[in-house]
Amino acid sequence: MSSIPISLLGLEDDSATECLVADDYQKKEGKWCSGCGDFGALNAVKRLLAKEQLKPEKIAFVSGIGCSSRFPHYVNSYGFHGIHGRALPIATGLKLARPDLDVFVVTGDGDCTSIGAGHWIHATRYNTNMTVLLLDNNIYGLTKNQTSPTTPMGHSSMTSPRGTVLPPLDPLQATLGITNASFVAQTADWVPAHLYATLEAAYHHKGFSFVRILQRCPKFTADVFLENVKDPNLTELLVHKEGVNAPGLDKLFTNQRTHDPKDLDEARLLAARTDKLRLGIFFKDGSRPVYDEIRAVPPVSPEEKVSKLEKEFDRYAV
Amino acid sequence: MNKPTAKNKNIFSVSEHTVEIITNSGEGAQKCAQIFGQTCAKMGNGVWTVEIIPAEIEPPHHTVTSTSGNIIRFGTDKITNWGDQSKLAVAFNDQVCLSRHRLDSFQDDCIILLESAWENHEDEKIRTMYAEAMEEMSSKNYRFVLVPIEEETLKVVDNPQHGKNMFALGLLAEIYQRDVSIIERQIAQIFKKKPAKVTELNVQLVKNGMAWARENLDFQVDVKTKPTDEDRVVMNGNQAAALGAIAAGMELCAMYPITPATSVSHELAALIENYGGIIHQAEDEIAAAGVALGASYGGKVALTVTSGPGMALKTEFLGLAIMTEIPLVVLDVQRGGPSTGLPTKVEQSDLLSSIYGQHGDAPRVVIAPRSIEECFHAIVTARRIAEAFRCVVIVLTDANLATGVQQFTRPKLDVRWQQQPVDFSPLPEGMRPYEWDHETGLSRRVVPGTPGGQHTVTGLAHDEYSNVSYHPDSNERGCKMRSRKLAVFQSTLMPPEVHGDEEGDLLVVGWGSTQGAIDEAVDRAREQGLKVSSCQLSFLSPLEPGLKEIFSRFRKVMTVEINYSDTLGDAYITEETRRMGQLAWLLRAHTLVDIDCWTSCPGQPLRPNDIYNSIIAKSEEGASK
Repeated sequence: MSSIPISLLGLEDDSATECLVADDYQKKEGKWCSGCGDFGALNAVKRLLAKEQLKPEKIAFVSGIGCSSRFPHYVNSYGFHGIHGRALPIATGLKLARPDLDVFVVTGDGDCTSIGAGHWIHATRYNTNMTVLLLDNNIYGLTKNQTSPTTPMGHSSMTSPRGTVLPPLDPLQATLGITNASFVAQTADWVPAHLYATLEAAYHHKGFSFVRILQRCPKFTADVFLENVKDPNLTELLVHKEGVNAPGLDKLFTNQRTHDPKDLDEARLLAARTDKLRLGIFFKDGSRPVYDEIRAVPPVSPEEKVSKLEKEFDRYAV
Repeated sequence: MNKPTAKNKNIFSVSEHTVEIITNSGEGAQKCAQIFGQTCAKMGNGVWTVEIIPAEIEPPHHTVTSTSGNIIRFGTDKITNWGDQSKLAVAFNDQVCLSRHRLDSFQDDCIILLESAWENHEDEKIRTMYAEAMEEMSSKNYRFVLVPIEEETLKVVDNPQHGKNMFALGLLAEIYQRDVSIIERQIAQIFKKKPAKVTELNVQLVKNGMAWARENLDFQVDVKTKPTDEDRVVMNGNQAAALGAIAAGMELCAMYPITPATSVSHELAALIENYGGIIHQAEDEIAAAGVALGASYGGKVALTVTSGPGMALKTEFLGLAIMTEIPLVVLDVQRGGPSTGLPTKVEQSDLLSSIYGQHGDAPRVVIAPRSIEECFHAIVTARRIAEAFRCVVIVLTDANLATGVQQFTRPKLDVRWQQQPVDFSPLPEGMRPYEWDHETGLSRRVVPGTPGGQHTVTGLAHDEYSNVSYHPDSNERGCKMRSRKLAVFQSTLMPPEVHGDEEGDLLVVGWGSTQGAIDEAVDRAREQGLKVSSCQLSFLSPLEPGLKEIFSRFRKVMTVEINYSDTLGDAYITEETRRMGQLAWLLRAHTLVDIDCWTSCPGQPLRPNDIYNSIIAKSEEGASK
């Protein structure tokens, strides 16, 4: 922690807030299992908040239920740990009411793509200005090892002891198929520089920034991306001047593809291909309608409301 | 006396009358009734109107299921409910008329103005249906007057579907001697966005209807008006609730379409943006609750509007709102259940689920407005309670109030009804977001944006710092504090008023929308010398104080409700198996008084006469014991 109490920082002028460092944004230690990918996401988020020097009281993290959704408890900001699958409606309401806040949503593969799937589709279409982190470890962890929609086919779990029988749902393809999607990216917890750079790009995008973060659950899906972790040649980075530009990755990841994030057709094709794991920004379009902007209405004073309402009552007068 | 003729009309002078306009769905009965009802109100009559609407938009015409219409009860004095059977009807065809007959909607000597086109229609099938319908209805002494509604309408417009209603309005205007200038003004208002020709044609139709009635009908009905100096407004309960939300300064209403609640959102959608707020139509009922909760978390006191099935879907979110102590107002315009139930119809179906519908202990305030006027004030009150007590407030209206139209005293708007600006002054280190006052359970609301107030609200059991806590004492304490707020709120309430004598043989207890019908039935019974009183509750959670003491002054207490209860003496139904009306369960548990009930779930408002009969039956039961 920095030596200056956080509670005072909001009162300082901008130059004084410069001293916030990543750890100032950590409220308490994460209680995830050792080796959990959620720690990587938390570290990247803390770095981002410090880089942007956001005032802790002007940030809100909203989550649902699951391991990932414990996230807000560990961040020094306002937080709303909600109910299973329903972080997005809460975040939408919050952003509509408080456009001055930076709103982040942290969700998991069960939370977002299963019980919350309906909200995911519509939140994507609303394109409300918020940054969404889908911490996808391909499994229900907190309820102890049940199949999720993204669990790889054949993977065994407590609910699929002989292996899952359906091909996994692809959150990227699904999101890219939704009207008014405006930012769809994929990154991985084992490439921290890329994770950070992706979150940074997502934060700066105006609209609903959807970032799928691939990670492993050390207890139940430790093997899911093992090949990719061991062999960077199985991964292809999507690069572009408008995309994710993380320094120092060129040597490790020799497979790089220039992909213009404006190209939705190409983004959909790339998301559908299974030959390689692709990390980067699949699609980005800052010109799409943003719900909280469209719905913004000028404030009306209490007195003005009363006088307008009197006129309204005149219509009903007898 | 000479036989009445069109020249020498028989004039019935009555203190009140009930008329219904029944048409195929889509033939404009609502508009006709709306103008007629408004005209009566503007002239100084007491008015109550009820919609008869099918769940479908436009079912096949000229069938018993296509009936759409409106009942208007109006009188010299205040009218508080839809009353008993209709005394006059205008019916556009025999089948819709038959459907009302089968529902026993007409008084035995009801005058029915029936479209004359069907009796000798070229289509034999229609003639046969007509003959059969008339045969079936001959069991009553209705007086049918055949009126060439369509033929007369065609003299003015090409498409009678868009005009018969105005001709019918003219008939009524003449029968009841309504002020035609008031009608004209309303027609002009309704069609103000259309070409002037539209207004002209509609007014012409009304005038033609009046002329036809003048020349052909041998009766008129005189319902004296009583003009008043009091400022009054006339509207339905959903309009009143919507204006209540605006008056309360609410700036976000999240909803999902559901009958009969949706028209609240229609009203708000038309207005709220002029008042700095928005309507958010969510992807589902759950999301509507979530968006409202999110907005409230952000410092507003938001509203979500729904009906029974939507309440079921919102259940988990309401539990979260209660657990996190985020203020939220829920308007539940009740309908029949379970499941899809009776979507456009009346039932007091959600009392117990509204009070107890969450897992775990989830105390919340439940208010049921008793009149259309109270629909307005209940929302204003609900917002204030929700904010002051950091709690969920559920307002239970129903289709009776939602679509009924009545006039009431124009509210004197007060700027203090609106939410005060959020206090964003910095908080000291160590602040507790649930700094519960140990006596009242109340605590300061800490809204995002407040420096030093950072914390994470959670649906998990938590301590005063909002830290997740599985410590046995923590959950116990949280439950106690949330529950305590309800007791504190109850201490601000007054005991309910008793209508009639303060003691007697029978006390009829109702809740919400049934007040008018119950009081009217009780008044009739009292005129017959029965020692019966009534008491109408509007706060159901917490219950108003002093109930046990009030009940102790009556030999018998009975609830009257629009929901289901078993009848003693039916197969298998004994004292042990009998399931009671929802308020009866609640009051029995609350007071340990052996409270009886009479309930009915016909999908329509209770009739004073049916309640009266139940009072007589209960009184005789009591006497024979």
